[in-house]
Amino acid sequence: MPEVTLVEAINLALARAMGEDPNVVVLGEDVGVNGGVFRATVGLQQRFGPERVIDTPLAELLISGLCVGMAAQGLRPVGEIQFMGFLYPCIDQLVNHASRLRNRTQGRLSCPMVLRTPHGGGIRAPEHHSESTEAMLAHIPGLRVVMPSSPERAYGLLLAAIRDPDPVVFLEPTRIYRAVKSQVEDSGEASPLDVAFVLREGRDITLISWGAMVRETLATADELAADGVGAEVIDLATLKPYDEETVLASVTKTGRCIIVHEAARTGGFGAEIAALIAERGLTSLLAPVVRVTGYDTVMPLPRLEQHYIPSVGRIVAAARKVCQFG
Amino acid sequence: MAEEELPVIARFEVRRRSYLALDGTLQRPLPSFASDTGLLLSLYRGMVLTRAFDLKAVSLQRTGRLGTYATSLGQEAVSVGVASAMREEDVVLPSYRDNGTLLWRGMKMEEILLFWGGDERGNRSSGPAHDFPYCIPVGSQAPHAAGVAYAFKFKKQPRVAVCLFGDGATSKGDVWEAMNFAGVHKLPVVFVANNNQWAISVPLRLQTASETLAQKAIAAGFPGEQVDGNDVIAVRAAAGEAIAAARSGEGPRLIEAVTYRLSDHTTADDAARYRPPEEVQARWKEEPIARLRSYLVSHKAWGKSDEEQLAAECQERVEAAVERYLAAEPRAPETMFDHLYAELPRVYAGQRQQLSGASDA
Repeated sequence: MPEVTLVEAINLALARAMGEDPNVVVLGEDVGVNGGVFRATVGLQQRFGPERVIDTPLAELLISGLCVGMAAQGLRPVGEIQFMGFLYPCIDQLVNHASRLRNRTQGRLSCPMVLRTPHGGGIRAPEHHSESTEAMLAHIPGLRVVMPSSPERAYGLLLAAIRDPDPVVFLEPTRIYRAVKSQVEDSGEASPLDVAFVLREGRDITLISWGAMVRETLATADELAADGVGAEVIDLATLKPYDEETVLASVTKTGRCIIVHEAARTGGFGAEIAALIAERGLTSLLAPVVRVTGYDTVMPLPRLEQHYIPSVGRIVAAARKVCQFG
Repeated sequence: MAEEELPVIARFEVRRRSYLALDGTLQRPLPSFASDTGLLLSLYRGMVLTRAFDLKAVSLQRTGRLGTYATSLGQEAVSVGVASAMREEDVVLPSYRDNGTLLWRGMKMEEILLFWGGDERGNRSSGPAHDFPYCIPVGSQAPHAAGVAYAFKFKKQPRVAVCLFGDGATSKGDVWEAMNFAGVHKLPVVFVANNNQWAISVPLRLQTASETLAQKAIAAGFPGEQVDGNDVIAVRAAAGEAIAAARSGEGPRLIEAVTYRLSDHTTADDAARYRPPEEVQARWKEEPIARLRSYLVSHKAWGKSDEEQLAAECQERVEAAVERYLAAEPRAPETMFDHLYAELPRVYAGQRQQLSGASDA
């Protein structure tokens, strides 16, 4: 099996999906000749032609709206938004149309589209290029919000997203686009959606994360192991709809939980998980549920971003405090 | 360099199409399809039915039996003229005011009422299954039309997407972005701007400094034409030509249909707050139904007894539809989860269950 980066795994999945289904089309800014600003679509236009790999005008609302129209007519569009900071013109289309076309027509029309966009900071990018506003998307009924944390998961989840009969926003952790390589077999096998993955089992504390932050979370588990603390690490993977049972089963076992996300704290997706545990897992808890997150500030420009993004040190410190509780 | 020495690199013109004068007399020879009296009569009947339906819908709202409703009073020629030029396999992407279009396409009156009466089941529609439902966020269906048209071209299907919106929508990026993309790819899509002069309370002069809305197509690289939107023959002719051109691969067109919103914006609006009743009164002289009737009467194709018979027939059809609407079975609350996704994610089963308890209560 070849070792590939996460962005190469995305490319493999796109090529695979296009090869197996002639209705899959890729569209976005610079996705054709240039192969995308992160090279996620490199080689696709040469292989599948400009009708299936469309360099769109510079108009994000258009990209998302085209996807809705194409999907309603039986295509399987995969739109790319260059950076999450440019996703916001698409919100109208996602909220008012993509997510509810099936429901508001009572199944007469549907919207099998994927909107891909890079997520998060850590690559020293300019302003508006390092957003992590996944909670905003996860609040939209009818949508799926998916975020891989490794090359093999990126491959499997993107294939699943493209094959899914409903709209999916696919958030790609920019910080680990090229930071890690792993073996990915181009088998065409999808990873299940709506399912959280237990990456590491442990009895003492549950660490929940998604996307790029899974890396720091796993490193935290290593440090805790050195303390003799067994951390269970959950990669949420699908944020909407999310796998409540896996979360609750783990917290029931460990009694302690830390949620790690890069996004700002207030109203972040961690709050949703903490609320779930408060509602349905309270009696198992041995310590308060703690969030380790970005701050409630605007995402800072690169000179300060390492202070914003939760570090292994911050997560370990929080975990040690939680483990000492009670 | 003095300005007069600079070369002119492009010139554009916008044409206006109209046939019937206010009194139904001809301003210029009619297009050939107008020799088919049966077709003109069907356009007439379509407009009259639309008006009868709209009036009834307003009265249902006023008596608490329907939610907020947007009538197309005075704009029936746009709805009907455009719809009549489409084929079954074409796709319409309507705004919230295109009641006549959807009726012509085969959506049942009770379905329209059901939707505006607060029930998604109305959008199942007996019209073509591929048609889009009413679009309420203004102009946001225009990118869908471009996407639908892209799919037609991609699959080499000789079909056309027809997107209707109001003058207000032409101020939105959505409409521009869609037209721009349609121009780049020469897509089989026809954009119809129903210029009824008012976006709720905002008159056209505050909407745009553009002399016409039709000329907005020029920047997108395809033809735009203005038509008298109260002349159903002109609307039908413009739509017919534009749809045929789109179908044969000539690319998109924009039609600006100039008309007037004789009603309030919706039943929730009071237009007297922002425009004088005298203005509205004056515009009644231009409305499309009387105009076509004058033409038909002067050509001995229509008479008083026909009119009486049609009025009675429309009344009867509308009343029967209202009865069916009012008799619609209530929806079980938990069905709000149906069609949320193709298959309901397991995690929502509990919430659905909670609602099915509510229906027992």
